[in-house]
Amino acid sequence: MTALAPPVVSPAQTKRSAPVAGGHGRVWWMVLPALVMFIAFGMIPLLGVLGLSFTTWDTLGVIKPSGFDSWHEVLTDPGLPHALWVTFEIMALSWLFQTPVSILIGVFLAGNQRYREFLAVLYFIPLLLSAAAIAITYKALLDPNFGLGAGLGLGILQQNWLGESGLALATVVFVVSWQFIPFHSLIYQGAVRQIPVSMYEAAQLDGAGRMRQFFSITLPQIKYTVILSSTLMVVGSLTFFDLIFVLTEGGPSDATRSLALDMYKVGFQANLMGPACAIACILVVIGLVLALLLRRLGGRGDESQLEGA
Amino acid sequence: MDLGQFSLSRRNFLGLSAATAGALALSACGSSGPGQASSGGATYWFLSGEPQQDIRQGAVDAFNKKNSDHQIKTTTFQNDAYKTKIKTALGAGQGPTIIWGWGGGGLKSWVDSGQVEDLTSWFGSNGDVKDRLFPSSFGPATIDGKIYAMPAETVQPIVLFYNKKLFDQVGAQPPQSWGDIMALVPKFNAAGIAPFSLAGQSRWTNMMWLEFAFDRVGGSEVFQAVFDGEANAWSNPAAIQGLTMVQDLVKANGFINGFESIVADQNADQALLYTGKAAMMLHGSWTYASMKTDGGDFVTGGNLGWMNFPAVEGGTGDPSDTVGNPGQYLSINAKASAEQKDLAKKFFSEGVLQDAEVKQWIDTGGVPIVNGSDEKLKSSDDAEFLTFVYDTASKAKVFAQSWDQALSPTAAETLLDNIAKLFQVSITPQQFADNMNQVIGK
Repeated sequence: MTALAPPVVSPAQTKRSAPVAGGHGRVWWMVLPALVMFIAFGMIPLLGVLGLSFTTWDTLGVIKPSGFDSWHEVLTDPGLPHALWVTFEIMALSWLFQTPVSILIGVFLAGNQRYREFLAVLYFIPLLLSAAAIAITYKALLDPNFGLGAGLGLGILQQNWLGESGLALATVVFVVSWQFIPFHSLIYQGAVRQIPVSMYEAAQLDGAGRMRQFFSITLPQIKYTVILSSTLMVVGSLTFFDLIFVLTEGGPSDATRSLALDMYKVGFQANLMGPACAIACILVVIGLVLALLLRRLGGRGDESQLEGA
Repeated sequence: MDLGQFSLSRRNFLGLSAATAGALALSACGSSGPGQASSGGATYWFLSGEPQQDIRQGAVDAFNKKNSDHQIKTTTFQNDAYKTKIKTALGAGQGPTIIWGWGGGGLKSWVDSGQVEDLTSWFGSNGDVKDRLFPSSFGPATIDGKIYAMPAETVQPIVLFYNKKLFDQVGAQPPQSWGDIMALVPKFNAAGIAPFSLAGQSRWTNMMWLEFAFDRVGGSEVFQAVFDGEANAWSNPAAIQGLTMVQDLVKANGFINGFESIVADQNADQALLYTGKAAMMLHGSWTYASMKTDGGDFVTGGNLGWMNFPAVEGGTGDPSDTVGNPGQYLSINAKASAEQKDLAKKFFSEGVLQDAEVKQWIDTGGVPIVNGSDEKLKSSDDAEFLTFVYDTASKAKVFAQSWDQALSPTAAETLLDNIAKLFQVSITPQQFADNMNQVIGK
């Protein structure tokens, strides 16, 4: 097998022989635009939010320092564990739904047949629509009195999709997945196309069937893509806002009130900026921890991606 | 990278200047918002949405035509977006000269932070402006005995609408009491018609039910106690009874299937009434105009019925009481220049609710808050409905302001949250009262 693969270039070799970009080095300033943007729109607002979480402010009057009042209020509010739970439910369910479907579609689209390329264009469409447009459309389609079910006279579609707690959460997960599966499929498609064909040829010679090839070659080879796509899904689902807000506004009662919605409602509808900023800080910490955990899952960064090749 | 060996090459220099330009662009974000116009003119923000938007704009245009040297510039916003935008803009000192609002708790939060001008003395010396308008419309404009806003536009009580065709179909009469309402529920459900339409996701729509239930059971004092900040005011037995009654109606399937996900902004609740899917709807008088526009011949064909909310058996509330919007409100930004303030006041006395505007409001099914407008209503196509609204508003013993507008934004949000839970039957009336008692006076 190894004889068929191109020689693996070791990292040490690269360092020695590859010419330094730009010819004469000193390219540190290239980082400046990104750094300025990151500091101006990332770090400064973040510090501002942290600062505001120790104050009382109704967005109108004076900002009054109030120590840990906001934090106390947020941490003792039974709404917080509920919002956390809803957030994790959405995160877990949408990961469970999106990952297998995206991998399957991605693998399918990686083939070079003409009809698959045509289908790839179709699958891509949801990605072009804005979240608000998707939410409004689904809201109209799912309306129990004027929606698709009522229009076609199909009893099974005539559920109270967004009006019952459990069903509303499932609907939200479905619509979110519908929007993002094309994106993740695209990532997987690219990943699968990078797997050397020689591996499959060798497997075929050894008598491996399609299923065996999928589980023994495709899946292990796209491991890093799975981690990348999962990181995007998990961290992204923490901040899902637009779609849920338009679809349910966190309702019915607070069945779909995730942390991001909770933050908006506390801050901009109830005018409690202090507690809202405290919630925002919690969101940031959870996001960072999850992203780090997922990186760890990826193992050490130096192992070869072409194991066995 | 090693900063010590930094030397200014041409490329480095270009990079630096790009970064500087970026930083300059960033700092520019902070200054000169859209709010304050250059001196000599005033700005005015109000809600978009027809037909109201055209009428508001028309009044400004007419005023600008007469005052060519000083102009008022307008900007429009959607309802929910405006609520957030105006708060942020005022807080940042970027608000408009003339602020459109709802009075009550929202106005109070502006007053408390010194954002709006005290108009008491101006109304004192301009008695003719004040005396033209309904006295009751000044309630939500008055905070601690001082007037901070000019009432404008129309009075909008909440009305119980019903579909006459459906009542004929099942052979029923409009309800005269809460008992009648509960008796109508199984009747309509048996005929496959929802008794009541409701846009439950909007939450304030559910609130209208509680407003009437509280008033009819225990009178206007029940909510007044909450408004005045009395401890445990939500635990009043009348309040608990009102909450229980409404939740019983939910449990008896009084509201249309899926009401929890219907939004009022899209008028789907009105569509349910005029398409014959629901028999009754408790809603603001402003829905009359849109049902007339959207409902085909539903309104013009005489199929829409209306009445004030019926009494509750054994209740002590006055059945003439009503709730809703006693008017809309215009305030002046305290941070505007003296010149802008003068222009705004001139607009208040010479530009707001002039004859042409009054006529336009009537033509679109509204009752302007101008005394004596009942005479003009009689010649309108919608005379019957408009006279009903005028009588309801003027003869009400108490015209209460909508709760979410009377309370502070913080208390209102808690209220709306708990109302949604009450209608979802995920909390009991007692839990509702306990949750709400905690935010009294906040």
